[in-house]
Amino acid sequence: MTKSTDHPVSTSRRTALKTLGAVGAAATLPLWSRYAQAQTSEPIRIGFQKHATGIGAAYGRWYERTTDAAVAKINAEGGINGRMVELVTEDDGTDPKRGAEVLEKFANQSKCDVAFGTLYSHVVIGSAPRAAELKLPYFVVSEGHHVASGILNRWTVQPGITDVKSQVQAMAPFVSKTLGKKVTMIYPDFAFGYDHRDNFSAAMKAQGGEVLEMIAVPPTETSFTKYFPKIPRDTEVLYHVMVGPAVLTFVKELGEFFGPNRPELFGFIDSLEAVDMASPGLEFLEGTYFWEGMPRYLQPDTPDYVKTYRDAVGIDANGASVNDAKDVSTAAHMFGCWETLHVIKAGMEASGYVGPKDRQKLIEAVEAMSVMPAGLAHPQGGKLFNGKTHQVFGPQYISQVENGKLVVKHTAAITDTLYADEVDYTAQSF
Amino acid sequence: MEFGPYLMLAMLEGAVLAAVLALMASGLSLTFGVMRVVNVAHGEFYMLGAVIAWFVAHLVGGGAALSFVAAAIIAPLAVGVLAAAADITILKRIDYDPERTIVATIGLLYVIQQVTLMTYGPDARPVEPPFNSRIALPWIEWGEGGPSLYFPWGLSTTSYKLFVIGAAAVLILAIRLFMTRSRAGLIMRATQLDSDMATAFGIPVERVYAAVFGLGAALAALAGVLIVPIQQAHYLMGGDALLLSFIVVIIGGLGSMAGTIVAAVLIGMSDGIISVFFSPTLAKIIATLLVALVLVFRPQGLFGTRDR
Repeated sequence: MTKSTDHPVSTSRRTALKTLGAVGAAATLPLWSRYAQAQTSEPIRIGFQKHATGIGAAYGRWYERTTDAAVAKINAEGGINGRMVELVTEDDGTDPKRGAEVLEKFANQSKCDVAFGTLYSHVVIGSAPRAAELKLPYFVVSEGHHVASGILNRWTVQPGITDVKSQVQAMAPFVSKTLGKKVTMIYPDFAFGYDHRDNFSAAMKAQGGEVLEMIAVPPTETSFTKYFPKIPRDTEVLYHVMVGPAVLTFVKELGEFFGPNRPELFGFIDSLEAVDMASPGLEFLEGTYFWEGMPRYLQPDTPDYVKTYRDAVGIDANGASVNDAKDVSTAAHMFGCWETLHVIKAGMEASGYVGPKDRQKLIEAVEAMSVMPAGLAHPQGGKLFNGKTHQVFGPQYISQVENGKLVVKHTAAITDTLYADEVDYTAQSF
Repeated sequence: MEFGPYLMLAMLEGAVLAAVLALMASGLSLTFGVMRVVNVAHGEFYMLGAVIAWFVAHLVGGGAALSFVAAAIIAPLAVGVLAAAADITILKRIDYDPERTIVATIGLLYVIQQVTLMTYGPDARPVEPPFNSRIALPWIEWGEGGPSLYFPWGLSTTSYKLFVIGAAAVLILAIRLFMTRSRAGLIMRATQLDSDMATAFGIPVERVYAAVFGLGAALAALAGVLIVPIQQAHYLMGGDALLLSFIVVIIGGLGSMAGTIVAAVLIGMSDGIISVFFSPTLAKIIATLLVALVLVFRPQGLFGTRDR
């Protein structure tokens, strides 16, 4: 600037023009240099909608660990179509409104190729319409029946975890044959609980059993004794599936209510995911049965690929973190993240995915999938994907608490989990 | 379950809620009575009590009973000191202006909640009760051969729940005695009646305010310590507790200790009974409706006195 006063004006203008040209060229540089490299080295960005806070926080923590492990494995094996995978993690606060905002951020701000990872049904149901508006493939790991029921849209897929309807339906034969025919259900008073209520009562009826009473508990409830008197005296099996921060209280108060003579108990491990089976108050559960999406404890006949998966995620024989035996995993659900990422990889490779313009091709490639054999990509077991309903089906496990550990007693086959299609998403427009 | 035992169970559950609520709401009522400060962060002091009880149980060791006693001493002290510090550094600086204290305590609420989230984490964690045995309760049946005792299915409580009811009753009695019989209580009442006159008589009103704010918070923390073996410590647990405390204090009459206790028993018992026989949602609806009715027809609350 001081120079310009010493020089004639014309020289100054010329210099200025030169500089301007150089700056202009420099400004375009990142654009075309990026263009030249886009096909090869630009990473694939996967937006991970994480329940870091709110009622789903324990799930969020383990979903992230499983996801990180899967991404590390995929990248070590050369990534997707030769491109590295990059995770963009955002906290949704286990809140539907935040969930939709997070999807928006993924699509518009961090330029993610796909969104992934949500568990809680209200967050999925709150976010999925936004995914469709943004035309962003949305891979949920939610186990809710909302995908296959047809209330969502073509952009929302659940290829890594079986839905509640299948899980529940596959439990009914075991419950009615082994435990008893008269059932009372206790479930949380929102979509996830209704999936249990509607599907299990129908499945029990089909098995010749009956549901005596259905007790809905608000999800924010903190004390439960007041609900227990509604349990009819002639109940043979108590079916419980509570979630949220107060589940330990639920089990403890159940034990205090029944004392020494309880009915048979059948629960969904959702209640005790991330909870140490040795916690005070849980002795009451000894001898009771649980559904598990995937066994938490290392079973004697565990295949090698499951061991590899468990080592990669970092859980020990008790299903707790290898770094902290008190930090118990959400083993019955988190495998879904691992499997979903492998489905995204397979889908992107089958569709030759390059960038956001290929998002529709990716959905179509996933819809075309069918049999997914058990192995390192699908450690929970072999699966069957239904492209029309966007839902996957897999084996289910029933475990009994023995000496404070869950031991698998029965494995329900995929055929037990199938039901008639309720929607054909492939007929919907993008 | 038959009606009689069912009602008794509902009342036992209601009594536990009423006990904890009475303790917590009397802290809120004390703060408002003496300082005319509506403390929105009160629920967070309750949560801090529960969370500190968890930390103490994990750091002290030496059995559930010892750590419970330690928590019952450490948590109210720590929370009381924190609240007194908040009073001196924040509330005093804004001259206890009613609108600004509400905003300031809302700020305090978020600060405490988020710091707890960052340090303690988002999980609900259990604390073992110092003692907890199941007590099956008998019921009288009028048979052909006269009355006979039997033990209905599910009619039971635990020794710890009974302890909570007893402990809350003793503590509330102690506060009452402290306020009416001790010199410190006299000073607080003097400040409540007329702070200008109290200053003229040489009472250090600002220090009294800090002490009262600390005491109110300590009561909430103590309620948190008592409830945590029944529930679990969680960083969001203060919200519902705050709402119920406000309901109790409004119905009872802001600043009236006796009204607070009566309203806590009323709300706690009706919540227990209505939620057992009908639904928990209905119980909350009725409690909130009651607040609306009280505000319309008797704004000073059932036991409150009109402003001079």
